[in-house]
Amino acid sequence: MTSDQRRREAALALHRFGLGPRPGSIAAIASDPRGAVIAELDRPGAGRIDNPALMTSAQAARAAFEARAARQAQKIVAQRAEKEAEQLKAEGGSEQAARSMEPSKPAAAQAEQVPPVERQIFLQEVRAKLDAALLAEIGFAERLVWFWSNHFCVSGDKVPNMLGGYEREAIRPHILGHFADMLLAVEGHPAMLVYLDNFVSIGPNSVAGINRTRGRNENLAREILELHTLGVRTGYSQDDVVRFANVLTGWTIISANDNPEHGAEFIFNRRLHEPGPQQVIGKTYADDGVGQGRAVLMDLARHPATATHIAGKLARHFIADEPPPALIERLAAIFRESDGDLKELAKGLLAAPEAWAPEQAKLRRPSEWVVAMVRASGGRGDPERFARGQALLGEPMWRPPSPKGFADDEGAWIDTMGQRLDIANNFAERVAGRLDPQELLETALGPLASNETREAVARAESRQQGLTLAFMAPEFQRR
Amino acid sequence: MSLHHSPTRREMVLGSGALFAWAYAPKLARAEGRDPRMLVIVLRGALDGLGVVAPVGDPDWMSLRGDRALVLDGKTPALPLDSFFALNPAMPNLHRLYQARQAIIVHATATPYRERSHFDGQDVLESGFSRPGSTDSGWLNRALSSLAADGRVNPRGSRAFAVGPVTPLVVRGSAPIMSWVPQRLLPASDDTQMRLLDLYRHTDAKLARAFEGRRDLTTLARGAGMTAMSPRPAEPAAMGIARVREYAANVASAAATYLAQPDGPRVGAAGFVGWDTHINEGAAGGQLAALLGALDGAIAAIEKSMGSAWSETVVAIVTEFGRTARINGTDGTDHGTATIAALVGGALKGGRVIADWPGIKAADLHEGRDLKPTIDLRAVLKGVLQDHLRVDQRALTATVFPGSGDVKAIEGLVG
Repeated sequence: MTSDQRRREAALALHRFGLGPRPGSIAAIASDPRGAVIAELDRPGAGRIDNPALMTSAQAARAAFEARAARQAQKIVAQRAEKEAEQLKAEGGSEQAARSMEPSKPAAAQAEQVPPVERQIFLQEVRAKLDAALLAEIGFAERLVWFWSNHFCVSGDKVPNMLGGYEREAIRPHILGHFADMLLAVEGHPAMLVYLDNFVSIGPNSVAGINRTRGRNENLAREILELHTLGVRTGYSQDDVVRFANVLTGWTIISANDNPEHGAEFIFNRRLHEPGPQQVIGKTYADDGVGQGRAVLMDLARHPATATHIAGKLARHFIADEPPPALIERLAAIFRESDGDLKELAKGLLAAPEAWAPEQAKLRRPSEWVVAMVRASGGRGDPERFARGQALLGEPMWRPPSPKGFADDEGAWIDTMGQRLDIANNFAERVAGRLDPQELLETALGPLASNETREAVARAESRQQGLTLAFMAPEFQRR
Repeated sequence: MSLHHSPTRREMVLGSGALFAWAYAPKLARAEGRDPRMLVIVLRGALDGLGVVAPVGDPDWMSLRGDRALVLDGKTPALPLDSFFALNPAMPNLHRLYQARQAIIVHATATPYRERSHFDGQDVLESGFSRPGSTDSGWLNRALSSLAADGRVNPRGSRAFAVGPVTPLVVRGSAPIMSWVPQRLLPASDDTQMRLLDLYRHTDAKLARAFEGRRDLTTLARGAGMTAMSPRPAEPAAMGIARVREYAANVASAAATYLAQPDGPRVGAAGFVGWDTHINEGAAGGQLAALLGALDGAIAAIEKSMGSAWSETVVAIVTEFGRTARINGTDGTDHGTATIAALVGGALKGGRVIADWPGIKAADLHEGRDLKPTIDLRAVLKGVLQDHLRVDQRALTATVFPGSGDVKAIEGLVG
């Protein structure tokens, strides 16, 4: 391979498997681009965020619960004081005495200036995720985190305070481990149990079910089969869904109201669990409590339909909207034969010749594109602005429109190129003071830049316009 | 359970709400001296039809839903439609339009899809095919492609438009789409836009095609004085119900404002999510009531923004499937089958509920759990497309809803 070819492959690797080049990235890995991507996976702690300042998901949920309760109490105290002051006035008390009963206004105003703890948690988590994305040398491990986090998505609409914690606890430790372990971690995570309603699901013949306060909910069982493991139309029936939902009854969380120390943590509550054996997809599972659900999940993780489903999604995400069937079958075989070893799967993807096709076929999702833009500019990014931008581009952080996650095909995203232009234009305006468009083009695309793009950037009427055109160039929008 | 947002107060996202429209006038309808407008609203997440339009005259109704049933003598009484059906009290505007003969409810209707996956269900609903995963285009887009266009509308344009960051399947296809998102940033200059378009034209045909839509739409919006319209962003805080109402009304009103313009598009679609009411459904005053209230507000906003064009408008409100007939163990409903569809608009021959009521005794339910479908939703949509937009009957069966040869269009909905 000539050095030109290697530089091209380095740039391609950074775009397709990573999060886009940073200043100097292309040269840094040009001697062995494929080796560099693999090396990132072999690095100890790849994909993890070790930041002791971040709360666990349960801590965050408890903190938010306590803050909400405290706010509620404050409100009541303030209302009472107001009432008493009014009474005093009505009873002929002096104005001054009445005023001394009013809550101190400046203190209240001060309190409003600090963002509520829920917002602080969210922004800290966005900061941590953004840092992981911006500091990665290539970003393949981080891309795998994003992929799996979208596959096993939860939404801030239902679990607003657990989002980052969930990702760090259930997704990140397993992206290079075994699929079965990630599946167990995800489905038993409080965030997922709340998101898909299982925390309130009660077996009809359980002690609690007989006492008839609440009952079964099918939501989690269905989406595990349809979205997380086998995939839709793979032969399971409505009865399988119901019986699997029975198996999962009792998988719930500890109430933060009752337990300030362990609230929002996972608990298996036998009182809610449907007793007896359950048959799911042709196999009978004895009732040994939480083990019954684990056993079903282990079998689902090893089901051949799961291997094909995951292989297809992975290839679709990294390679093409319609990936070659032969590639999917090769990846599925790796999944089956390695017992769902996700590191082997990732390496299998890198080893596939289709993965290095020169054509940049995939349109970047908004998050990938924005991060690539910030990386190329050498900036550190601002969590608030990033979150706002993501919402504007249709991919609000940790808030997918449904349990299926954000769409992964061009048709879903291509009609908002205009919105991307406004974001690029806005970003370019902020960095134009310190970035030269031609240099940016070398950093961001280097050998991938087409003559047309080079010309358009060179002829731009201003730095801002040149940068905007570079960020919007097809070879920067695609990977 | 108090740890998280109470499910009844759960914020519901309409964030994937999208709107698109076609920029032609249907030629055949024009020849008849009409200028029809059509808007399709897709409710994603599966709507509980029995929670919207209740069969209060069915003797089994109370035993089916118990104290969760909408009733005529409840705390907030349901609004009577006829001697048998009553409307959720959260929808006074729909009720008013029904009484004015400008609304039709179709009950116990479903697409041909009989499984219970949202995503496959939406695929069938939006693609118009009988089976999921059949195609990458939507029935509305194909219906438009089959129409002979009258070039008088938007002579520059040859495309539909989309509002919202993600294009829904129902509008994807060969009839090109424009995209419009509430403006919040200072837009790039016209010069930058032209340079970029020029670059795309030389390097990436797909990006060029997508991008051209923005330019046409910008011009159209300017003509309508719409640049100032800027609904509040749907982020970063999750949306409370007040925001949901506001968002729904804004999207609906934006759609109608475009459709009402003399040189604007004639056909559009919007999507709202959040109808997947597995827990604490609250048809009579909770979550579902709040969502229906937002939808009702959107209907009123469309009527208002349409102005005089309302008399030539049909709005079709559809969902992927219904929910279980009985309340589930968590005061909600799980995925089901038949549900309602609603048609609203001044062009309708309205004021009626169309139903071949299947009954709600245990033995009447589909698979022992869901309201049984007795009207194919395609019959309703075919009826509207045929009589309102004058889509050709053969095209309806051959390309718009392939495999629907035995599904006869319901005639006389419009007129």
